[in-house]
This record gives sequence, C-alpha cells and structure tokens, in this order.
Amino acid sequence: MGLTLMEGNEAIAWGALAAGCRFFAGYPITPATTIYNTMLRLLPPNGGICLQGEDEIASIGFCLGASMAGLKAMTATSGPGMSLYSEQISFALGSEIPIVIVDVQRLGPSTGSATKGADGDIQFLQWGNSGGLPVIVLAPVDVKDCYVLTMQAFNLAERFRCPVFLAANKEVSMIRETLDLERLRLPEVLERRMADGREPFLPFAAREGRYVPDFLPIGGQTLVRQTSSTHGPDGYITTDPNQIALMQARRFAKISTAASKITCYDEYPVANPDTLVIAYGVTARAARAAVKRVEESGGKAGLLVLKTLWPVPEALIREKAAPCRRVIVPEMNLGQYVREIERILPGKTIDFIGQMNGELITPGRIQEVIQHG
Amino acid sequence: MDSLLNTDRPPVFCPGCAHERVLHALDQALIGMGLTGRQVVIVTDIGCSGLFDTFFNTHAFHGLHGRALTYATGIKMARSELTVIVTMGDGGLGIGGAHVLSTCRRNIDLTLLVLNNFNYGMTGGQCSSTTPRDAEVGSGFLNRLEKPMDICQVAGTAGAAMVSRVSTYDEGLVRHLQEAIAYDGFSLVDIWGICPGRYARQNRLTPRRIADSIAELPDLSSFKTLNDRMEYGRAYRQEAVLQDAPPDPVRIEPVFKAPWKGRREVVVLGGAGQRIVTAGELLCLAGAAAGCYATQKNDYPVTVMRGHSVSEVILSETEIEYAGIENPAVVIALAAEGVGRRKGMFGRLSPESMVIRALGVALPPCGATVVDIDFKSKQIKSPDWALASLAVLARENRILTMAMLKKALELRYSEGVLEAALTVVEKTNISRHFNIS
Repeated sequence: MGLTLMEGNEAIAWGALAAGCRFFAGYPITPATTIYNTMLRLLPPNGGICLQGEDEIASIGFCLGASMAGLKAMTATSGPGMSLYSEQISFALGSEIPIVIVDVQRLGPSTGSATKGADGDIQFLQWGNSGGLPVIVLAPVDVKDCYVLTMQAFNLAERFRCPVFLAANKEVSMIRETLDLERLRLPEVLERRMADGREPFLPFAAREGRYVPDFLPIGGQTLVRQTSSTHGPDGYITTDPNQIALMQARRFAKISTAASKITCYDEYPVANPDTLVIAYGVTARAARAAVKRVEESGGKAGLLVLKTLWPVPEALIREKAAPCRRVIVPEMNLGQYVREIERILPGKTIDFIGQMNGELITPGRIQEVIQHG
Repeated sequence: MDSLLNTDRPPVFCPGCAHERVLHALDQALIGMGLTGRQVVIVTDIGCSGLFDTFFNTHAFHGLHGRALTYATGIKMARSELTVIVTMGDGGLGIGGAHVLSTCRRNIDLTLLVLNNFNYGMTGGQCSSTTPRDAEVGSGFLNRLEKPMDICQVAGTAGAAMVSRVSTYDEGLVRHLQEAIAYDGFSLVDIWGICPGRYARQNRLTPRRIADSIAELPDLSSFKTLNDRMEYGRAYRQEAVLQDAPPDPVRIEPVFKAPWKGRREVVVLGGAGQRIVTAGELLCLAGAAAGCYATQKNDYPVTVMRGHSVSEVILSETEIEYAGIENPAVVIALAAEGVGRRKGMFGRLSPESMVIRALGVALPPCGATVVDIDFKSKQIKSPDWALASLAVLARENRILTMAMLKKALELRYSEGVLEAALTVVEKTNISRHFNIS
C-alpha cells in the first residue's frame, strides 16, 4: 500500500484529466480556486486549454463554446459564482451541452463566508435554472470521491449531453487527505456518441428508442447549429407547440428515466435496522462514525450515503428505508434534501439534524439523535 | 462561389432594416475570401442581430444576451482553424461590456460586428449604451441622463488593434468587413445603421447623416500600431508547449511503524509566518510513511502574514471517517492568535492530552499536561517553532518517530532547505531538559 497526500480540489483536477477533460475555465473564488490552479498546471502541458475568464459568466461561456467544438470541458466555482452561472446552466440544459460544473459550496447566502463550508446549494443546483428540467448532481464524501466522482461526472455529461454538477463542499475540497491512487476503482472513460455524418444532421433529434441526440462538433465537415432559444430537432427556433412539447418531454425523460443508471451510493448496512441515517457529502463521514458507535453500544442504525443527489434516487431510498421505523437526515444547511426524503417516505418518522454555522456536524450529535431521539 | 446564405431561411428583418444590408455584405465578404460554410462559425446573441446565424449556411452558435464573445472564445481556442464571426447589437454590447473589454485585451482572432442602431429594437426601442442623448426613444427621459458610449474608442483603449467604424450604407462595406475578418487578432467593426421600426420614426436618421457623423469622429487607425501584438491563441500555444508537465502525485510507501495504535489528533495553533500549515503537512507525510491515513484541515485568514494559522491533523491506522477534531492527543500552541481561534477546545482537553506551548503563550484553563518550550533560548526562530515542536514529539516517540519525521522532511524539501530543517531538528536534541510544568 502506498498513499498519496492530496487536497480534494487537486483530486477533482486529476480526476478531470483522467476523464479526458481538455478545457477548463474558471474565475478565482475561494474555496474553488485550487481546482483552477491545478488545472492550470495540468492542462497546458497535456495539450489542453485552461483559461481565466473575466467573470464566472465568461468562464462557463468559454466552456460551452469549447464543448460544442468537441472538447470535454469543466468549470468550478462556489455559491456566488453559481448564481452568475445560472443563465448559462439553463442554456446548457436546454441545448444539451455536456459540461462538468463543480460547486465547491461555501457558507451562504450571498458572499457568505469564503473559508467556511456548508451544503447550502443543494436545492439551488436543481432549481437554479429557468425551465425546471432535471439535472444530475453528484456529491463527494472524501478526496477519493473527488477523484472518482469527477470522472463519473464527465461520463454522465458525455452520455446524457447535459451539465453535470459536482456538489463539493469546502470541507471536502480543501481538506488534504491520503488516498491510495492505485486502489481506486476508476470508471471506464466514456465519450459522447457521434452521429454517423448522414445528411442532414439534426443536432437535437434522438435516434429511435433513445432520448439523447447524437453529437457532432461545431467546426467539422457537417454544419452544426446550436441555439439557446426554443428549438426543434433541427436546431432552428420553433413556435410549434407540439414540437416544443416533444422536445421538453425528451429532455425531461432522458434524465428522469435514467435515474437508476445515474444512482451512485454507499451504505453501512446492519441487520434488522430500526433507524436509517441518510447522509451525503462530508456529513456522511460523521454519520458513518456515528452508526458504528451506535452499533458498538448495541443499537441498530444503518447508513445510506447518497452520492447521486439529483435525480433523487427514489427507488433506492424507499428500498433502504422500508425496514426502518425512523429515518434521520443530517445536513449542513437548514433543511434542503430532507424535503425530498419527506416527499418519498410519507408516513415515516423523519428527524432532521441541520446545522449551518461553518462547522461540521459531529458524530456525537448524530449518535445522540439516533439513540435518544 | 456560391452564397453562404441559407435559402431555406430567407431574412425576415423589418423592411428597410440596416441589418439585412449587413447580412448580404457579410455574405459577399465571405464569398470573396473563398470561405465555405464549414470554415465559418457565426456566433450571435439575443435581439435582431441574433437572427444572423439562422440566415447563414455556416456553423452556428446562438446564445444568451451579451455573452456571444464568451462562446466564440471557447470555440476559437478549441478549433483555431475556424473563422469565427460574432454579431451583436448595441444592446449586447452594453450587457456584455466586460466580455467586450476582455476580448479586446485578449486579442483572440475573432471578428465582432456591432450592428449599432442606437436602440433596443426587438423589445420596443428602449435606449441602449449608444443611444444619443437627444434621441427620442422608448425609455422616456432616461437616455438624456447618460452619455452614449463610443465603442471604438473604448475598444481601442482596452487594447483592440483593429477597430473601425463604417456606415451600413457605405459602398466599401464589403471590403471593410473583409479587412476585419482577415486581421490576425481581435477586430471590431462598429456598423451604424437605421432601425426603421423602432428608431427612425421618431428620429430623423438618414444614411447621409450617419456618414456625416462618422466623418466627424476621430480617426481610429492609430490603435493598429499602438495595440499590435501576437494573436492570443497562437501566443497561448507557444507558451503551453514550454510548460513542464507536473510530476505524478507522490506515492509514499509505508516503511515505518507508528508508535501508537488507533487514531491520533494533533492541533497546531500559531500565527501567520510560523509555517503552521507546512508542519501539518509534514505530520501527514510522516504518518503516510508509516502507512497511516491522514487528514489535514487548515484555518487561516485571507490576509497574508497577519493573524492566526491553525492546522488540524488526524492520523489513523484505518481510513478516517469524521475529519473533525474530537479529542486531540497533542495541541501545539505557538501564538496567541492561533490559541484564540480554538480557545473553546482547551476546556475539553483531558489529562491524557499534551499541550506543547511556546514559552509565554497564554492558555485558557485546561486539564491537559502542558509542556513549556523556550525556543528562543535554543536559538530557534519563530518560523521554525512548529517544526521544532514536531521534533520534540518525535524524540518522545509521541505521534511520530524521528525516522518518520526525517522521511517527511525528505519528501517535502529539496536539498538546501532539507539541511536547514534537519539543523532545526538537531537543536531540539536537549528536549528532556525543557521545562515541563
């Protein structure tokens, strides 16, 4: 066994390189900046491009252009930058542009605290776009996840032609941690599916039985058109209600029907559990310590760690919660993902542990709620 | 050569719209340059100028208001062989101002055609960043309060070399566009035209008046020499090949045995300049050299060389779950600023915990064993106190061994610095004589 000491943000950058990312643009913001710093060291000597935009809007705009020109692209920011990304995210969703967007969450709202962590953007990531289409959000627990989930984020972006978010947190991104790089189980690197070049190329038409349109890059032998406006399969603006409805339905379905394929999770199961703790991000680490302590004292609490937050893995949550009388949801916010759990598990006792003060939720606090309500 | 206009999508501008003349002029310019649709990308944003991409049989990218230059930059950087032309109205110019300025400074090989008709035509004729103060527009009196922007002067001042202004009705428009497109770098053409639907009805603007107005404005050719420099993409690629690829992440093989079992937490509390974060990293490297998992969380203000610096390190034989500090085995207290940031922690310390304190640093009441170290009397300077504290721990075989520490120093430092660090470690050789209170 050999260990490597690496910061979470560095792991995100190395994971991106391993996934084939060749374009990164960002705007400096704590606690996301070290992703940009690392990409600036990694990409230029590896034939890639790393740019600093004049603002967040430009940074993600560069990425959308580069992605449409055929490169795998990533950008990274924190809450205030996510607010500025919003219009471009809507564009990427509506116009099916693959991109990985890392949100290293910091304590908000607004400018908030640059060096304090929180998971305050969890609902914002899903609903911070106009149009309300489903999105894919992955949440790393540790530095290992930063590496592996970034690769998965690229795979999902390419496969589904959509933006994929990595909901990191200052506490995962700026921690330095040892990991065994050789023992990481890395996913196979996927590429977006290219059209076979038949004319005419319809940039937003999915083949029979599929929801994701094939791709061709801007600048190739076949003319490609991209648009942020409401369009039909040919990429031209349309006002035809039927065509619009079909396009919306397809974009909705391509993510929502694939939820089980997108679902990624970890668990700490126990026999005959009374309680299930559902956690994500850095809080899952405290939850894991807590359920182990409960187990040592004879309690019966299991743990489900969600690494895919959106689309909500509803079937998984129902299945894992079924044998339990009670579900506990700890979050570094004032109650965001617990809303989804309450929606999925009506009638079940759901206890929420919320904290948003820049500090980690401790194992002791979760243990206390498990054992003493 | 054939026109690049899209015969399936004929132009639908208002009768008399200046944009339609520019559309045909651009087509003529591209034909004249021998470009095919495959070699050209038309990038547009919102508004009437945003209709351009639809009317051409080229690659097309239509995006958000004012953001066209951002997409164009990504496309051109990814595929430098393409001819990338951006159209934007005076509205997009205003909302995307930062992108315009930055593109001028960058000098990436794009051509920006500003279809300047002095108002927001598509939304009903409101004032824009170029509307004259005496114009009658849909924004009531507001345009009378603002000075219109001369985009050419702004662009030239921001660093654009190829800046020009031309009337839509100028006979030389095609040649003018060709010069801009052919320029190896960023070029901006401010094309003045008439919006018959929303502007010209209230304002007596004619081709003659446009020509006269342009003729009165200062010459722009000096920017070409003033701002002449290498195109951004080429300059980028030249620099990129000179960059050394970073080495693969260092893999630390376990060669030692840690002098404890389970989980150990160490908190280093100091001030800026005391290399607190480096000490935390050394501890992690030392732990990894003994096959231990390690985490390091740091806390310091955004200001440099001022304020607190705190590093929290956890070493564990098994993978670390909760990465917060719960029960530190050792607290190293080297400055009041650091102690102040974690003052709540001291009351919770048990007698099993050890506090290494730099002589004179005040501590809140605590039940831990406190070891005072007079670093000054050992000629150890403040930036080395954190390292010296690790050496003290190593001599006591607490948390780490001397072999682990030396391995960490080898991993962290190159030759000259390594020797200096080892000298500091040597100075702690008399640690047993330190005053233990």
